[in-house]
Amino acid sequence: MSIFIDETICNGCKGLPEARCERICPGDLCYRKENTKAAIRDQSACWTCASCVKECPVQAIELRLPFQICSNGSSLKARLKRDKTIWTVWDAEGHQEEFIIRTRWLKGD
Amino acid sequence: MFFCKFSIFHVMGTLYIDTDILIIGGGAAGCFAAVEIYKKSPGCRVVVMEKAHIERSGCLAMGLNAINAYLHEGQTPDSYVAYVERQFEGIIRKDLVYSIVRGLNEVVEDVEKMGLPIEKNEDGTYKMRGKRSIRIFGERLKPILAEAVQKTPAQVFNRVVATNFIYDNSRVCGAFGFGIRDGIFYVVRAKAVIVATGGASGIYKPHNTGEARHLLWYCPWNAGTGYAMGIRIGAEMTSFENRFIALRVKDVNAPTGTIAVGAHSKQINARGEDYLERYYKHWGGNKCLTHHRLLATVEEKKIGRGPCFLNTTTLTEVEERRLKEDFLNMNPQIILLWATKEMNPRKKPVEIYGTEPFLVGGHCQAGYWIDKDRRTTIPGLYAAGEVAGGAPKKYVSGSWVEARIAATTALGDIKGVPLITIDEDVVRKEKTRVLHPLTKKAGISPAEARERLQKIMDEYAGGISMNYALHEERLLEARRLLKGLKDRMKDLFAVNHYSLVEALECIDRVDVAKVLVEHLIYRKETRWACYQTRLDYPEKDNSRWLTFVNSVYNPKTDEIFMIERPLCS
Repeated sequence: MSIFIDETICNGCKGLPEARCERICPGDLCYRKENTKAAIRDQSACWTCASCVKECPVQAIELRLPFQICSNGSSLKARLKRDKTIWTVWDAEGHQEEFIIRTRWLKGD
Repeated sequence: MFFCKFSIFHVMGTLYIDTDILIIGGGAAGCFAAVEIYKKSPGCRVVVMEKAHIERSGCLAMGLNAINAYLHEGQTPDSYVAYVERQFEGIIRKDLVYSIVRGLNEVVEDVEKMGLPIEKNEDGTYKMRGKRSIRIFGERLKPILAEAVQKTPAQVFNRVVATNFIYDNSRVCGAFGFGIRDGIFYVVRAKAVIVATGGASGIYKPHNTGEARHLLWYCPWNAGTGYAMGIRIGAEMTSFENRFIALRVKDVNAPTGTIAVGAHSKQINARGEDYLERYYKHWGGNKCLTHHRLLATVEEKKIGRGPCFLNTTTLTEVEERRLKEDFLNMNPQIILLWATKEMNPRKKPVEIYGTEPFLVGGHCQAGYWIDKDRRTTIPGLYAAGEVAGGAPKKYVSGSWVEARIAATTALGDIKGVPLITIDEDVVRKEKTRVLHPLTKKAGISPAEARERLQKIMDEYAGGISMNYALHEERLLEARRLLKGLKDRMKDLFAVNHYSLVEALECIDRVDVAKVLVEHLIYRKETRWACYQTRLDYPEKDNSRWLTFVNSVYNPKTDEIFMIERPLCS
């Protein structure tokens, strides 16, 4: 598994012509199912670029690694603010680590 | 001279669009070219044809943590070109590399103004990361570039994949595309076309398979389409034999440079030895060429002193945190690999390996043969970035410079050029070719074609299973098998638009692989170890092969002609 979409959080970007993950995925892998939740059509085609993870406004998508590469159960989420990206990593032991990185200058900075 | 309004009309599932300049591929080079054209000529009409969505497409989708082509104080264009020439064993287009070096610092400042954070010294200059490198916080580099394009009047068609150039045997006058979302066939007429797509991944069997088959160094959707489109109209291509193999963090393919350059970690073998210094001193030890770092790692594996690592156990806690931040800006997967006590980089050195081979013009020099103004050998067609050949180590900043040059040249050349009338038969023929896999219910699936191609290339054209090595007999078998595979491409079937794109990618990859194999057969020496190692010609032969190997495909006879071009000063 490369990304995990939590259907209890995903709202399918109701009201938009496409879900945000569907719009952004560089491999055209995300789509909206009939129950209006987002899904990935082929886990093995995922590049793990995390574009969908960053784009999701409700943090319903987690980045994970395929089991053959990493079996520790870690996961990663991101929240994008106007000028920074906030990452949360959950490690194998259940610890949580946060990173706040300035990722763009705004006018007037 | 220009008409500001775009002319668009729609007939029977075909959309006709007229523009002045068409840019194919909205990546680093494509976005920069669009911005540049409007800066120089605000009345010009520009269409960008993008297979994904320009906010997160291609190589930069994950982000970027360093710009590796920058001229720091003390470096000169001469010293820079000499470095690239040495790295590529004497074969580069110096004229192209000079033109890139002269523009590097300006384009980096332009992108900083768009919003990219760059690490600086107190005096405001960029902090030196490596000799030619600066540290950036580029997680959002692609959205920043896309935003700059969205501020211009350029028409961006997202989710439209280019399929072929419109070519009347004298000049390129546009391109065909397929709309992945709407299923519409696009016919874009233009006075000039800038091809700015990515290079080619997925030609060789990847290191990772199964569920992880797309965990690649390079964007898996860069299918070599820009190369294939040029090949199919007989554009001259150069240096396909100069393949690129990245030395990366094993499995997750995170950049080793972030650790080696950013955190000064040394390469060690399984015994803990600094193997570059101990066994490969004659290549320069820790100062050896990029491909020798890879070769030494492959040799250690063969001899039984592998696997090899980057020694990260000397890092301090602060350095480790900084390293993690750098990776989040570029390759977030490695953070997951490290997210357990045993795998912590301060406890366990980071394992490294060589990836499968790729074809790229940004790290190596496979691509269109161009003049110094970025004209290809076909009138009306210009190349910039990854698909432009002859100028290795241009990376992202060099691609921006090339985009600027190509945009300037195209703007100058289109004065007085009319849009030509396109024969309806030509449109119908291409539309039929593109949609053909959708009309079939059975045959060869895109996955089957992909696996076949990757197996042939891995086993007969120097993939990972052969330790990248090549020789004549195997290459001739690759040629034979690829011909057979190409003949079967007509049997590809697709069940929806997504798999149609996969099918078209297979066709493009096979066209590129055929040319690659001819280049590998032709160069009878070993010029760039690992990238191009000939077991039957193991020496570098400067008396015979200090020359470019180029090729032109003849679509009428289905033959590839090889051409040698001298090095120029």
